[in-house]
Amino acid sequence: MDFLRPASWEEALAAKAEHPTAVPIAGGTDVMVEINFDHRRPEYLLDLNRVGDLYEWEVGEDSVRLGASVPYTTIMERLRAELPGLALASHTVASPQIRNRGGVGGNLGTASPAGDAHPALLAAGAEVEVESVRGSRRIPIDAFYTGVKRNALAADELIKWVHIDRADGPQQFSKVGTRNAMVIAVCAFGLALHPSTRTVRTGIGSAAPTPVRAKAAEEFLNAALEEGGFWDNGKIITPSVAKRFAELCSGACNPIDDVRGTASYRRHAVGVMARRTLTWTWESYRGTAARSEGVA
Amino acid sequence: MRVNFTVNGRPQEADDVWEGESLLYVLRERLGLPGSKNACEQGECGSCTVRLDGVPVCSCLVAAGQVEGRDVVTVEGLADHARQRSCGDASGTSLDEAKGWQARGTDSQTGEGAELAPIQQAFIDAGAVQCGFCTPGLLVAADEMLERNPDPTDADIREALSGNLCRCTGYEKIMDAVRLAAARQQEAV
Repeated sequence: MDFLRPASWEEALAAKAEHPTAVPIAGGTDVMVEINFDHRRPEYLLDLNRVGDLYEWEVGEDSVRLGASVPYTTIMERLRAELPGLALASHTVASPQIRNRGGVGGNLGTASPAGDAHPALLAAGAEVEVESVRGSRRIPIDAFYTGVKRNALAADELIKWVHIDRADGPQQFSKVGTRNAMVIAVCAFGLALHPSTRTVRTGIGSAAPTPVRAKAAEEFLNAALEEGGFWDNGKIITPSVAKRFAELCSGACNPIDDVRGTASYRRHAVGVMARRTLTWTWESYRGTAARSEGVA
Repeated sequence: MRVNFTVNGRPQEADDVWEGESLLYVLRERLGLPGSKNACEQGECGSCTVRLDGVPVCSCLVAAGQVEGRDVVTVEGLADHARQRSCGDASGTSLDEAKGWQARGTDSQTGEGAELAPIQQAFIDAGAVQCGFCTPGLLVAADEMLERNPDPTDADIREALSGNLCRCTGYEKIMDAVRLAAARQQEAV
């Protein structure tokens, strides 16, 4: 095994071009487990800890440019207002020790359906900026996950930034596990209200071969909210609408039975989380809407 | 490969390090510092917790090559680290001192002996140590929290220690120990 230690982003890209089989390592919270257990013996480890760009973030007018290695701890502490869904999801990642090391780039690189960041990224709307010596490109989050632990990266590409839309409304994240800390999701659900476009977006984790959106559920809910004038009148969501939304979210799952839970439990739990997160975010939206009406 | 880094305030060099080796392995097997414990090797248990540039991490998940030029504090250097924090005395802990470190508290049961960090003394006084395997990781994590948050709520303590598993105590005595250390720290100010 060779340990490659690029001191800059350019050097990292050159190293990845020269050794396409090199395994990038940043927080190490996935890669080191595989090495410790002898599940993986990469020819090259490509250490990204010295690439400072990857630890930076920038809050723009419409979106946040998040470095691939920005630790979950930082996202929780510094980006809660801009990225509430991702901050909530970050807080459910493993333990403080792991959150101090791991970042969104690792979740995306590993592309496990159980990665905690995915539902939040899907719901908020995000693009993954990847780069190689050939140039850079932005991959929409919906096209990023291509299979179980597979993503749209080419062999010579590295993840640099994740561009995440700044929250324009309430966001929620919910995760099912046996305890609060150190839990791999049995299943997870992210939901974001986007009042500026009058749409709702979702993200489902650990209940299909890849993280997925519940698109039919989103379309149904968008139409129901529009039809009932909910965005303007701020009324509570009709129980039958919430119920149908939950059913459609369950229907978007394609889960398996495994040690953490059965497929039917996952489908059921996703429905429950969908209804709850919709209620929580909508109540929060109504609260803000009512306040601004009062002021006017 | 060779790795140069700072351990408990002193520069150290580890030779013949395999590229896939963890920081934990380097500390225990190459530098002879077995205080950080090897249990799960997958970041689940926190027994191997050390400070890397001040931040608590699982040393089993840090590749040895990633610590080149960086600063590590292990449980063996905790007493010195706490002393530095309170009075700015930055002598560091040599490898020999660290290897010879023993938990000798200052009460009648454990006898007079090596200096302890306040959090270590509190663990002894509160009876928070049973088999002791999880203790080094808990000490490093708890000490870091008290540095950041001198007046923690119970929820803060639980959160800070949520990555450290203990299979003996049921955590109650550990909670007592951290509350005790926090109270003593506040008295001292």
